[in-house]
Amino acid sequence: MIEVSDLVKRYGNFSAVSGISFSVKQGDILGFLGPNGAGKSTTMKMITGFLKPSSGRVLIEGNDVLDSTIEAQRLIGYLPEGAPSYDEMSVENFLSFICEARDLRGHSQVKALSRVIDMMSLSTVLKQRIQTISKGFKRRVGLAQAILHDPKVLILDEPTDGLDPNQKHEVRKMIRNLSADKIVVVSTHILEEVSAVCNRAIILNEGKIVSDSTPSLLLEKSKYHGAVSIQSDPIRIKELAENLGKQPFVFDLEQAEKDLTLFPFDGDHDLLTKVIDACKKNEWEMPFIRSEEGRLDEVFRTLTEDGSR
Amino acid sequence: MKMAVILKRELSSYFSTPIAYVFILIFLVLASVFTFYIGNFYERMQADLIPFFSFHPWLYLFLIPAISMRMWSEERNSGTLELLLTLPISKIEIILGKFLAAWLFAGLALILTFPLWISVNYLGDPDNGVVFASYIGSWLMAGSFLSIGSCMSALTRSQVVAFVLCGFITLLFVMAGFPLVLDVFRGWVPLLILDAITSLSFLTHYNSITKGVLSLNDFLYFISIIVAWLFATAIAIESKKS
Repeated sequence: MIEVSDLVKRYGNFSAVSGISFSVKQGDILGFLGPNGAGKSTTMKMITGFLKPSSGRVLIEGNDVLDSTIEAQRLIGYLPEGAPSYDEMSVENFLSFICEARDLRGHSQVKALSRVIDMMSLSTVLKQRIQTISKGFKRRVGLAQAILHDPKVLILDEPTDGLDPNQKHEVRKMIRNLSADKIVVVSTHILEEVSAVCNRAIILNEGKIVSDSTPSLLLEKSKYHGAVSIQSDPIRIKELAENLGKQPFVFDLEQAEKDLTLFPFDGDHDLLTKVIDACKKNEWEMPFIRSEEGRLDEVFRTLTEDGSR
Repeated sequence: MKMAVILKRELSSYFSTPIAYVFILIFLVLASVFTFYIGNFYERMQADLIPFFSFHPWLYLFLIPAISMRMWSEERNSGTLELLLTLPISKIEIILGKFLAAWLFAGLALILTFPLWISVNYLGDPDNGVVFASYIGSWLMAGSFLSIGSCMSALTRSQVVAFVLCGFITLLFVMAGFPLVLDVFRGWVPLLILDAITSLSFLTHYNSITKGVLSLNDFLYFISIIVAWLFATAIAIESKKS
């Protein structure tokens, strides 16, 4: 369990984090979202004991990060932003160093190393210096370092930043596959990542929590949730917009050159069927049509831009 | 002891880059040049290593900052500081581990000057006690330089700035006993303070050790300089986190 209460970080007159509270329990994969400068990294740095909060406190499994820093840090695996590592060391030496620093010696070191090397597919680069390996491998070394001691709490600051789509997929799969008794906090500014990995999402803006819910609840906040979008050629879109716009079940519509989005009235969960029925009845040619789950980017913008006004 | 883990990593990082080899080579070359050409080792016709040791403070002035400049700046620049300080190791152990690695490294460079010691024993009959005390004194002084360098490196991301700052502060500590510096203060500050400034000088203490007197006073002086600057390092690291 991570318990964060009234956490504040001030730099002079500027508050990077201004009073946030939340708790995360075992099995949760919490996504930390927010625009750049929202305080995601700063919060993570305070959770891991790197930065001292100006006020407030963080408990990791009951250990106060300020008072029992070492005990708390033993429980945490941390991937700092940019996955820093000692460039002049070989992958193998670097991971062994982290093992020793985390009191993994002898047999347990061998076991831990082989587990993460296998998990992160690092066997081909073990003897290479970290400065010579690709960015994707570097990131995997960073992740390997974070999970070496099989930590209860995993804090990952932008784990997929700068990876190619395949590598992103791999990393997300890895995070999802971590066993259910862990607490994972992932920061990202990639929205799809949240729906792909997290079962909970906190959106930060200007150092405050503006939303704390699940990715699916977030989607329901979108004005596109339950809307119907239609794609076709410009002429037919024009026709459809005219015809469908008159239907009683369409509350509003958004029209672009090749796209048409229809919005339902509040509480209407079945716009799609109604639109299809209408098309059939009036014998309009059926276009490409689908129901929208909602758009995270739109929710994100609404939450973080409104908050700043 | 986790300090050993840090120490080991630091030492191996010196030797996994050219830094170590370049440093040792230059130190040995310069030490010899100073001893034989400027120090007139042969012409003096005396079986001692005074010409060798008397140039150490000046050698250290620009060689020690070269070792210490990367100590923290590099960590901060590459982001590894965050990694390091979130490992379950206390800050004291990390600071000590890094410092001791640098100090041992400087000690190694010093030990590698042993052919001189052998030569002087071959050529004459030196007082080996004095030579030994001088080696210890030089190493203690190197430690003091390094502790200042550690603090300067913790203050900045730029290794160049760390180098220059360390060179400057250590110069002040070396020069504190010189008439050049003392004349600035003489006449208007109380004698007590003038004495205090003199006794702060590395040279005052180093010279008394190289004369063959390894007194507790000088020993404690260097140790307390090291402790004070390492303490300052801890403060600098804490205040410069962002």
